[in-house]
Amino acid sequence: MRIFDPHIHMTSRTTDDYRRMSAAGVQAVVEPAFWLGQPRTNVGSFTDYFDALLGWEPYRASLYGIRHHCTLALNPKEANDPRCRGVLDVLPRYLEKDGVVAVGEIGYDSMTREEDEAFAAQLALAIAHSLPALVHTPHRDKAGGTRRTLAVVAESGIDPGRVLVDHLNEVTVELAVDAGCWVGFSVYPDTKMTPERTVALLRRYGTERMLVNSAADWGNSDPLLTLVTGQAMLAAGFSEADIDQVLWHNPVAFFAQSGRLALDGIEEPGADFAGNSVRRGGI
Amino acid sequence: MTAPIEKAWPEPDAGQRALDLRAAFAGLPCEPWLDEAADTIWRRSEALTGLFAAAARHCGRQQLAAAPGWTADEAARTILLSALELPEETLIAHVEEVYVYGDAAEKRAVLRALPLLPVGDRAVPLLHDAIRTNDPRLLAAAVGPYARRLDAALWRQAVLKCVFTGVPLDAVHALRERADTQLMELLEGYALERRAAGRDVPADAAALLQGLGTEEGGA
Ligand SMILES: [Zn+2]
Repeated sequence: MRIFDPHIHMTSRTTDDYRRMSAAGVQAVVEPAFWLGQPRTNVGSFTDYFDALLGWEPYRASLYGIRHHCTLALNPKEANDPRCRGVLDVLPRYLEKDGVVAVGEIGYDSMTREEDEAFAAQLALAIAHSLPALVHTPHRDKAGGTRRTLAVVAESGIDPGRVLVDHLNEVTVELAVDAGCWVGFSVYPDTKMTPERTVALLRRYGTERMLVNSAADWGNSDPLLTLVTGQAMLAAGFSEADIDQVLWHNPVAFFAQSGRLALDGIEEPGADFAGNSVRRGGI
Repeated sequence: MTAPIEKAWPEPDAGQRALDLRAAFAGLPCEPWLDEAADTIWRRSEALTGLFAAAARHCGRQQLAAAPGWTADEAARTILLSALELPEETLIAHVEEVYVYGDAAEKRAVLRALPLLPVGDRAVPLLHDAIRTNDPRLLAAAVGPYARRLDAALWRQAVLKCVFTGVPLDAVHALRERADTQLMELLEGYALERRAAGRDVPADAAALLQGLGTEEGGA
């Protein structure tokens, strides 16, 4: 089973996770820029974070034969802090980088006026930089938040076929399907979706435009739940081709719309040098 | 590039080497893009940021057959930086900007371009930054010809870090000429620790210690 995890925050994970993911068949990941748990208070904290997503993290992934891309954005939670608003001014520079395959994750947290502005501005940036958009749906007031999210997406003029709406569930999936967007399910140990519930929705809505991710981060999450979901699909009677579509082809097709997805030669480790500090534990 | 090249080059043959890099693109599909990009930057230096970031998408990342040791993206980015016909203090501001805001491949390209740019000692802090990272791609590019401007203590630490992180020592410019007693002492200490732990000493480091050394590299 080859796996493309289209939403995982590797910055918060250890090299042990990379090793286990690689052994489980994860060959490519997309890491969306997000909130780090501790609020940031200045633009420089973001640019250093973006640098890590464009430099150190892809290198770390390459040591385990995993191809790493990212999506960049000012997340909604921190869009509410005026000290972080300047991130919107530096984003255009970063959205031109090779490793950036979408603008994201954007959307709502508390549905404030500041979040409205940042969300609309960043959908406009996606259009201006010819990038797709990764839009998450809020944790609280999910159905109302998803409706409002999709209204803003429609208003922005971005092609819904270039929008991936994430963290969907039984209550919200149909809204995203009807809007013509791509659908993301985040499979978590105890919140969001479980493998079994995800399989039930795949049965009901089919495998087209459906993506499964672990959304693993610094919270209680598990980077191997993509594999577990694939196994649950198999047990439920889905074919290998169906599983490959959901766990590989769909994320590839969605992010390839950026024109920047580079998956050549991912079977070989990406590092140019025989040795490396992470494996040796050096320095 | 249409701009005339009349600069106080920092290296005796730097101007020639920049022209050689440009010639290596002759007949390649990206040649028109590169010409136009360099011309745009020569006319309007603010265009550098976007074109520098986009260079690998237009020129590719493969080895350049006509410029051994150079990939197309690094050579193209070097040509784009060479198109800036600016006084040293203005030029360095642009070089620093694309480095600071660059991804790993852009940072590496800046480091490789430094010996070909008339920036004097002003870019030494960029080498310090690259050597502080743990990214072997950046470290290897930081110990190239421009590293002659590093002070001896930091240069020795950079060489030692290459050995630690698995960067082949043939990436180090003028290694044999510059290797001194203090570097040998550092390497001997490292070799002693490795052997005490039952581990191998990398062959290139062992060879250097034995006085065989490696030939000066191009990286
Ligand atoms: Zn996330």
